[in-house]
Amino acid sequence: MKGNEAIAHAAIRTGCDGYFGYPITPQSEILETLAAEKPWETTGMVVLQAESETASINMVYGGAASGKRVMTSSSSPGISLMQEGISYMAGAELPALIVNVSRGGPGLGTIQPSQADYFQTVKGGGHGDYRLITLAPASVQEMADFVDLAFTLAFRYRNPAMILSDGAIGQMMEKVVLPEYRPRRTEEEIAAGCPWATTGRKGLRSPNIITSLGLRSEEMEAINLRLQAKYREIERKEVRYEEYLTSDAEYLIVAFGSAARISKKVTSLAREAGIKAGLLRPITLWPFPSERIASLCGQVKGILSLEINAGQMVEDIRLAAGGRIPVRWYGRLGGIIPEPEEVLEELKKIAAL
Amino acid sequence: MTHEFILSGFGGQGVLSMGKILAYAGLMEGKEVTWMPAYGPEQRGGTANVTVIISDDPVSSPILSTYDTAVVLNQPSLDKFESKVKPGGTLIYDSYGINVPPTREDISVYRIDAMEKAAEGDMLKVFNMIVLGGVLKIHPVVSLESVLQALRKTLPERHHHLIPQNGQALRLGMDLVREG
Repeated sequence: MKGNEAIAHAAIRTGCDGYFGYPITPQSEILETLAAEKPWETTGMVVLQAESETASINMVYGGAASGKRVMTSSSSPGISLMQEGISYMAGAELPALIVNVSRGGPGLGTIQPSQADYFQTVKGGGHGDYRLITLAPASVQEMADFVDLAFTLAFRYRNPAMILSDGAIGQMMEKVVLPEYRPRRTEEEIAAGCPWATTGRKGLRSPNIITSLGLRSEEMEAINLRLQAKYREIERKEVRYEEYLTSDAEYLIVAFGSAARISKKVTSLAREAGIKAGLLRPITLWPFPSERIASLCGQVKGILSLEINAGQMVEDIRLAAGGRIPVRWYGRLGGIIPEPEEVLEELKKIAAL
Repeated sequence: MTHEFILSGFGGQGVLSMGKILAYAGLMEGKEVTWMPAYGPEQRGGTANVTVIISDDPVSSPILSTYDTAVVLNQPSLDKFESKVKPGGTLIYDSYGINVPPTREDISVYRIDAMEKAAEGDMLKVFNMIVLGGVLKIHPVVSLESVLQALRKTLPERHHHLIPQNGQALRLGMDLVREG
């Protein structure tokens, strides 16, 4: 099935309570699949086409405030519209899943695949000092697997999580093993698992207040410090990445999502051409695998960051490398996907330095 | 063993479905498959193409610059993909509407007059299965039985009575394809 369809099926199967979204290419199959599957008749999951992306994200805010597993999905321009809501959810510490099947920008851009939303996703997007847990699937299987993982991390840290995919992975069909069916949590389970949620106090406890507002500066600083401590904990505990042929690598490609798939092929082509290449694929874009990249800098002679954008993740790689070895970027823009052979030529240039 | 196909033609010719059925047939045989469409605003009459990779190992890049086999069903597709067949690879084309036939000599070229035959025999709806039959005759990457199984899997129940007709089309394509 398609990557987009895998997201929808995984949400139904892993106890998602509600989906709120607005159609946009190249991710409309998520809403379409949910509408066709009618989970409200089986698991009780709510599926609603909202009047806009702004409405969708605020419906997600409301559902998350009551401890429900709720999600939305969109593509780049629609995700831009959601940024206010995402910042509010980060401030109010609400767990939720936002899926971005990104396309080429800026502006209305193109419907073809792109990874140009890296900055928006991992460097803020909305206002304020906040972080978004970001998972980057590289296969249809991971589109399915990361739905539950994103919800798990979101609830573990009371923080919104994003699956940052692109049109290639969303539209591609591959073999996929869907997760086992799991019922939605009962109201009692939600109340027990989310003591912060607005589940109704029934006169038995003091009110739970969900807000991102703190008008007194001292209070707001304390909230910020608590958030920052949480972000440091996530950076310590939740970094995920995959390595391919790195043990003897002399040159390293760093790439995520569909660019990582291309890079795997480039790695093989490079080895046939006598260049010992390896691949590091960040699975979490935030938290970023900076430490692992830093340690590989003691082994490899150069790094190529392959991105389907104008060079965004390369900045984080350079920070990790600390100027010790050359770090170069290669990519294509506007919805064009780089082909393995052209990437190999870039790798050869680094090997010739 | 990995086989990388590009299937290309006009929108509405059933190129994407042909690719999907080929990929599903691979799935039926337990192979690793990837189906990557060049999706876009194109509709009927525009161009459509899809990359299908069938492999014994996990598929790396779904985006390719060269292919083992190109199946092209119109002149723009032939112009675009003839040069992208790997040396020693295969090009299969439908001659209908082709003014400038392929010229490469370092690849095997096959021709299948599927459109002409489909129009004659009132088989336009299964045109793509005639082509697929020809492709599988040249490269039996999946069995005919797996393709029929894939059709049962992908077609809605109400269309299952058409599967025998698809089977006929596949066999017709196997007979039609020839060198050239």
